[in-house]
Amino acid sequence: MSGRRIVITSGKGGVGKTTTTANLGAALAKRGARVILVDADIGLRNLDLVLGLEKRIVFDVVEVAEGRCQLRQALIKDKRFESLSILPAAQTRDKDAINEEQFAAIVAQAAEQADFVLIDCPAGIEAGFRNAIAGAKEAIVVTTPEVSAIRDADRVVGKLNEKQLPIRLIVNRLRPAMVKAGDMLSVDDVCEILAVELLGIVPDDEEIIDTTNRGEPIVLDETAKLRVIYDKIARRMEGELVPFTNFDAQGLFGRLFGALKAG
Amino acid sequence: MIEWLKKFLGTPPSSSTAKERLRLVLMTDHLALAPEIIENMKRDLVDVISRYVEVDREKLEIEFEREDRALALMASIPIISVNRPSGGDGEKPAVKERVEDAQTAAVPGSAAPSVNATPGEPPKRRRRKKTSSKPATAH
Repeated sequence: MSGRRIVITSGKGGVGKTTTTANLGAALAKRGARVILVDADIGLRNLDLVLGLEKRIVFDVVEVAEGRCQLRQALIKDKRFESLSILPAAQTRDKDAINEEQFAAIVAQAAEQADFVLIDCPAGIEAGFRNAIAGAKEAIVVTTPEVSAIRDADRVVGKLNEKQLPIRLIVNRLRPAMVKAGDMLSVDDVCEILAVELLGIVPDDEEIIDTTNRGEPIVLDETAKLRVIYDKIARRMEGELVPFTNFDAQGLFGRLFGALKAG
Repeated sequence: MIEWLKKFLGTPPSSSTAKERLRLVLMTDHLALAPEIIENMKRDLVDVISRYVEVDREKLEIEFEREDRALALMASIPIISVNRPSGGDGEKPAVKERVEDAQTAAVPGSAAPSVNATPGEPPKRRRRKKTSSKPATAH
């Protein structure tokens, strides 16, 4: 049976698409799923770097499309997770080095050997975006609770609706203390504005910068608070009903984040 | 403490300002991206209004105006004549009356306006359509 093909997109750059793709991929793989991550950001390759796999690249997605190598030759296996591989983007080529049909065919081929194919979409809504969504059957939209990110997310939601892709939303970099003070849009606000089903809430935390610096997925850091967050999102992706963390609650979690973010 | 100070000073929290601004800008974006919506709306509006008064389809104008806190649909629909109301409702039959000046009907706007009219119902007596200039807040 063919695996699920999910594009991770946002419209706006810098909201955390690549970090989300990398960490969700690792979280799913840690749970035992076979995962292939596809970097669709041709010319601005980064997924490999976030996962610490940059030194192991031999072939890329454009070379697969051009028939210069087989898909399996281009896939880089992550040594930390047996079931996680990435298909890197080409770094020295343009977005038009690959077309929608080629991209869709590669994603379909990848889905034959994986439970999840996550496609890391480039920013924007042009050719690179169209390539990235071409082979997808579902979409995850990542946004931050900021006006610019939400407006762009709305535009992307419109584009995905045209393609009739089911969409779920990840609200990234939420600062619960700011929401509480009325200085940041709440998750409810964002969901209401975008009218999209919620998949996950990721609080803003410095620890993700630290793990990304090292090229390590956060799910491997047993002390990281965000580890639980990504694991929960992965479980929801697998279809499990996992309650959302209430960041307003004065539990240990809430207090920790509250204290961290109050300043 | 900060919260309390803000309440005390009466400054609206920036998150509600953000929400309001986003709501407006997204409505504008959606309309700009879907010209067929406006065309369909024009047609439906004229169809409904034509049950009551005869309007000039060619001179119909529709525009959206961004106001401070609302997006308003402004429709300028020139009325050519007012229909005679159908008999049997006890009212005196009205003379078909010529409306000299083109009247403007302002329709309360929303991103997806719904105009209430029951098909088949006898048209209500309308001697003259008053110009209502105050647009309703769009939701």
